[in-house]
Amino acid sequence: MTSQAPTAYVAPPLISGNPTFQSVSDDIAGVTERKQPVVWYLGFALFFSILLMFGGITGYLFWEGVGIWGLNIPVAWGWAIVNFVWWVGIGHAGTLISAILFLFRQRWRTSINRMAEAMTIFAVICALIFPAIHVGRVWFVYWTLPFPNQMSMWPNFRSPLLWDVFAVGTYFTVSLLFWYVGLIPDLATLRDRATTRLKRVLTGIFALGWRGANHHWKNYERAYLILAGIATPLVLSVHSVVSFDFAVSLVPGWHTTIFPPYFVAGAIFSGFAMVMTLAIVARKIYHLENFITLRHFDAMNKIMLATSMMVGYAYICEFFIAWYSGNEYEMFAFINRATGPYAWAYWTMIICNVFIPQLLWSGRLRRNIVAMFIIAIFINIGMWFERFVIVVSSLANDFLTSSWDYYTPTIFDVLTYVGTFGVFFTLFLLFIRFLPMIAIAEIKGVLPQADPHHDGENGMQERPALAGGGSHE
Amino acid sequence: MSDQARTSVTERPALVLAQFAGPKELIMAAKKTRGAGYKKFDCHSPFPIHGMDQAMGEKQSPLGWIVGGLALIGGTGSLLMQWWMSAIDYPVIISGKAFFSFQAFVPITFELTVLLSAFGAVFGMFALNGLPRLHHPIFNSDRFAAASNNGFFLSVEAADAKFDPLQTTSFLESIGGEHVETLNEEVHDD
Repeated sequence: MTSQAPTAYVAPPLISGNPTFQSVSDDIAGVTERKQPVVWYLGFALFFSILLMFGGITGYLFWEGVGIWGLNIPVAWGWAIVNFVWWVGIGHAGTLISAILFLFRQRWRTSINRMAEAMTIFAVICALIFPAIHVGRVWFVYWTLPFPNQMSMWPNFRSPLLWDVFAVGTYFTVSLLFWYVGLIPDLATLRDRATTRLKRVLTGIFALGWRGANHHWKNYERAYLILAGIATPLVLSVHSVVSFDFAVSLVPGWHTTIFPPYFVAGAIFSGFAMVMTLAIVARKIYHLENFITLRHFDAMNKIMLATSMMVGYAYICEFFIAWYSGNEYEMFAFINRATGPYAWAYWTMIICNVFIPQLLWSGRLRRNIVAMFIIAIFINIGMWFERFVIVVSSLANDFLTSSWDYYTPTIFDVLTYVGTFGVFFTLFLLFIRFLPMIAIAEIKGVLPQADPHHDGENGMQERPALAGGGSHE
Repeated sequence: MSDQARTSVTERPALVLAQFAGPKELIMAAKKTRGAGYKKFDCHSPFPIHGMDQAMGEKQSPLGWIVGGLALIGGTGSLLMQWWMSAIDYPVIISGKAFFSFQAFVPITFELTVLLSAFGAVFGMFALNGLPRLHHPIFNSDRFAAASNNGFFLSVEAADAKFDPLQTTSFLESIGGEHVETLNEEVHDD
């Protein structure tokens, strides 16, 4: 404590290291122009091999049928649906960062939104694989779309599974468009920096002839705002619709009204854990410490802590409602979760999702890279187990004891799941290799010198807290 | 600059381009250019500059109307589609549910409203911006590559009523523009 009069709060700069417009371009676009580090090649070799394995496994699945999985009756939904919900949930953090934090003017999001949006798209691709290969006769999967056909039949629009087709399909399309719109100015940067003709032509085509004109920026910013505005209810609807797959049925443990908000909170929780996992590694390997600062991780850790408690609240609330309903099947379903044959999965979930994230109350741990990486990995695991508990424990012990069965995955369940990591990380590594993993134009926009009133001319005062990228002079 | 040796093609000035030092200078230049009576001019920057729309006297983007129209089409269209397919063209009794129950049709109606709005936002933005347009006389400038990096430019188009290559050049130099250059476009002779 000093005896000096308190001065106005000045927020630390969003981007550290006093970058210039030129150095931002060089640092971020440079990653795609330099030779990749050895670890990129090792990672690509590993995950591309897994991707090839995944191709073989799904080929065998198409040949042999879903009987190669551990499914039984009553557990007709197993790992495939668990993985579907897990992957689609991971995607949600990307949209939260790109759309919801944009609407709330959280300007720190600019450092991580590109990477998070890419994660969303690749996670949704992995998610979409599972219901598609789960239908059994995968060559008929297009029957879910309403198109005129020789049977003159239409899909059943009253089925939550069909809602899912539209929800996740729309989600993928809108995420891809949002991502691409954000990429256009950066593709123009890559085009103007290109050293080879092939690169200039390719980036030039995808940059659409962008010339940074204010006439364009005007419509561009409006399009971005509208996309953020519609992606926000969309992302909330997608996991709500995913939860309808369960909630609209009559299975005890599934038929609850808390599912939509509970699923959405869990989705954001798991998604942030995956963003952390990816961002920590990419930041370390590509030396992006000035762009993704401890302040960013601190903010993300707070969101993880908040969503962890929302999820924890939902776990408690489910138990309360089951008891309060007076319905003996509901009560049994929940007691059975915590003490029955799947208690090991339930307590793994509770420990990973509720107990371990409580460490994030500590400000020191929120700024400790190793600690947050470990916590994020636990959350990734815990959220997988949450979906496993919901799907499997509810089905395995349903209404009649005579029909109960214990579900065990086969090696093909495991390899299919592992295989989607090959899909995900192969795509992510290619993204890092060829596209700017941080939004160059947006980063420039939050630099202090981007503000036309930067030096306080025209009697304008600095607005450090509001502008985010406040002066550090 | 451009090769004037070709025979079947002549060139005429398309725009005058000037570079400015930074966002603040570009905003001041936009105000002065507008004040001097120029209408068809544009500013080029690596990121959108806060306050530039007011400085240039830009009208608000009409994109919201395009998105609103498509949202309306998406919403009513998808509800009508579900109603017609489920209740008119091939009604099937499923779990004893009504053929038309709007509650069950809400999720898909919502999703398709969002989908068409997103198409409207993205492709409407492309249409309003005249993109894709891979070729533009402004790219003939050697300096203009900086507009996506650290360069701030102002261009006055030849279509402007006040445009005159020499006068516009000296005007842009008088308001602080550097490296002022006239860029030509090719015109095919008949």
